[in-house]
Amino acid sequence: MEASKKSWVEIYKKYGIYILLVLVCAFFSIAAPNFLSPTNLINILRQVSMFGIVVVGVAIVMIGGGMDLSVGGQMAVVGMITGVMLCEWELPIPVAAIGAMLIGICFGLFNGIVAVKLKIMPIIVTLGTMLILQGVAYIITGGYPITGMPDDFLMLGQGYIGVIPIPVIVFAIFILFGWVVMNKTYLGRMIYALGGNKEAARLAGINVNRLTVMVYAFAGFAASIAALIMVSRTNASQPGAGSTYPFDCMTAACLGGISMAGGEGKMSGIVISVIILGILDNGLVLMGVNTNFQSVVKGIILLFAVAIDCYQGSAKKKTA
Amino acid sequence: MRGDKLLSVKNIVKTYPGVIAINNFSMDVMEGEVHALIGENGAGKSTLIKTLSGAITPDSGTIEINGKTFESMTPALSKKQGIEVIYQEFTLVPGISAAENVYLGEKTSDGIFVDIKDREKKAAELFKKLGVDIDVTRQVKYMSPAQQQLVEIAKAVSRNVKLLIMDEPTAPLTVNEVETLFRIIKDLKQKGVTIIYISHRLEELFEIADRVTVMRDGCYIDTKDISEINRQQLIAMMAGRELTESYPKRTVELGEEVLRVEHLTGNGDEDISFNLRKGEILGFAGLVGAGRTELMRVIYGANPKESGKIFVHGKEVNIKSCSQAIKEGIGLIPEDRKNQGVFLRMPIRWNIIINNLKEFSNGLFVSRSKENKVSKDYEEKLRIKTPSLEQRVGNLSGGNQQKVVIAKTLAANSNIIIFDEPTRGIDVGAKQEIYKLMNELVESGHSIIMVSSDMPELLGMSDRIVVIYEGHKTGEVEKSEFDQNYILDLASGGKEHGSK
Repeated sequence: MEASKKSWVEIYKKYGIYILLVLVCAFFSIAAPNFLSPTNLINILRQVSMFGIVVVGVAIVMIGGGMDLSVGGQMAVVGMITGVMLCEWELPIPVAAIGAMLIGICFGLFNGIVAVKLKIMPIIVTLGTMLILQGVAYIITGGYPITGMPDDFLMLGQGYIGVIPIPVIVFAIFILFGWVVMNKTYLGRMIYALGGNKEAARLAGINVNRLTVMVYAFAGFAASIAALIMVSRTNASQPGAGSTYPFDCMTAACLGGISMAGGEGKMSGIVISVIILGILDNGLVLMGVNTNFQSVVKGIILLFAVAIDCYQGSAKKKTA
Repeated sequence: MRGDKLLSVKNIVKTYPGVIAINNFSMDVMEGEVHALIGENGAGKSTLIKTLSGAITPDSGTIEINGKTFESMTPALSKKQGIEVIYQEFTLVPGISAAENVYLGEKTSDGIFVDIKDREKKAAELFKKLGVDIDVTRQVKYMSPAQQQLVEIAKAVSRNVKLLIMDEPTAPLTVNEVETLFRIIKDLKQKGVTIIYISHRLEELFEIADRVTVMRDGCYIDTKDISEINRQQLIAMMAGRELTESYPKRTVELGEEVLRVEHLTGNGDEDISFNLRKGEILGFAGLVGAGRTELMRVIYGANPKESGKIFVHGKEVNIKSCSQAIKEGIGLIPEDRKNQGVFLRMPIRWNIIINNLKEFSNGLFVSRSKENKVSKDYEEKLRIKTPSLEQRVGNLSGGNQQKVVIAKTLAANSNIIIFDEPTRGIDVGAKQEIYKLMNELVESGHSIIMVSSDMPELLGMSDRIVVIYEGHKTGEVEKSEFDQNYILDLASGGKEHGSK
């Protein structure tokens, strides 16, 4: 009895998120027309890729024991500046793209440095920068979107390589990069150590401050790439872009098994949870469910998934 | 002035798995006296207080107070009997005013609203009665430790305290503040309050206490009138144990000097100098909070140093971070193993290489083959008992966790290893194992600094002992001069060679 219970717990722990994916897919393939068509599946991937890229950045910050609420604001500002660079200053595309990435990295560096130097909790720091950046995004043009990007630039968000949309390929590169860094490099080990126990990490000779700043800089970089894709896909810089990202990212991270306390979580979990959220959006729209109800469903699934995770935790303690 | 028996503790026993914290302890406290309770680190004083305050339940024995007998106390019951405890760690709420703290959780006026002005007035009167000047409207977090302590005392007095227990009350105070405290204690005594006074500073007892009870290893040793005893006798009573435990022998030829610390100041320690030779185990004795851990953290680069010099292998080094210390070959095995030594949720192999990730990597990538090999090596060498190196460190016993920390420092090629309380929280069998490992380490050319609050362990393992008292070095004792009374005397502020 005890043994079988324990093995169930372990199966959940290992594959819970995959089981959830299968359940969600099964449900929509029955309930939603055309859900399983290849075009729709590729469409889902394209829809989630921009979000997924940001989540990879935020997830690494969270594994390192931090939090980044400002990624949405970063995206909005980087998007607006990209619009200004391309449409008003008419800079060459590569220059504008590199400029956008540098700005994103600077935002991240700022978050990291403030958190480290002033010893403010990351959630507060990035709450502050979130508010600042969301405001700045509107100030840049007085609230008007910028449209009319150069045709070549639109390739990034709208183009395909073979049958696969370019944003999906960029997302895949981010996942691969994140996976390699977190699982294969000593940098990844240090990030897990930082999030797992900051003082022990420091005593192990890890420069925890520098590492913290690096991790935020990477999240900023991810946000800037997502911003470029967003501007390109919609052919517009919108000041209100990414405003739902802070909590969407947290939802995805928690669903994907990233611990809010840091030090735990896997890239694979993140990817699956991003896809699950994408499928929910897509499938519920296909079923004709209104957007308010979508939010309700996401909330229920998140609570359900986290509840199972916590239940595993307490069951494990009892048996140990 | 001294009246009848107020408190009588009879045959109290309290055991924890593997340890007897209090062993058949009895004592009487008379009404209106200041009764000092002393003993070495870990003698069981804190556990005894907790049984009186109701924080823990004894296995057997009785507590008799005000003529009533109790099997055990609960916090509410204890307060009802007029027992109040002022712990070393204050139990004030930092963000609210002194007046609010004094009356925290008490109903001072009718109705559902708190009359703050009324509380402030009452609190001000209370402080006036105590003869101290405190702004009762001020938030406690902006107060000095001495003022916070006065708020604690006022809180106790406001509740009609009969028995006030003070745990190391003078530890955070300056000399002038101690005088104020003593005046208040004498005042309270005049008013009939009985006080149990715990302190490591023996000289204070002669000024403030009426009687003194000595505890050792959880046992009652004796109670004396303070007038009929002197400092040396007290120390002999506190130490006086027979050294029965055996420690594994080693034969090591001491080599050249590997570490020299000159006039080191920082992190609460002042002007500390010592040296360490190759193959030596250098013990650091002192009372809890004397500043030994703090000193080690400065040497390891975990806290900044203010002045002084550190030489490693004769070369001056300026260590500003832990990674620099590791590069110089210094390793730290911290006192708080679970929170500072290991990553509990990570596998053994992961922990073993974390101090030296770059050496076990090819370029940016961690080499799993090197990782597995070195972990396997240390699993065998240090006899880590585990089904697999994939096991999370949190699932290991204390002794095996400690071995993982040792492996971690060795894998980083550290040859000067600082053990801070190497056997804390480790059961008896595993202790011997750790001692054996320490011997093997010095035999293979490592050098060890051992901070320990366990006197037999210090005497049994060290080649030399440095004694620290309140951030200062009070002595250095060679093996030939080892004597527990002498070391304990130095550790409680005695003069070097004063007692010999």
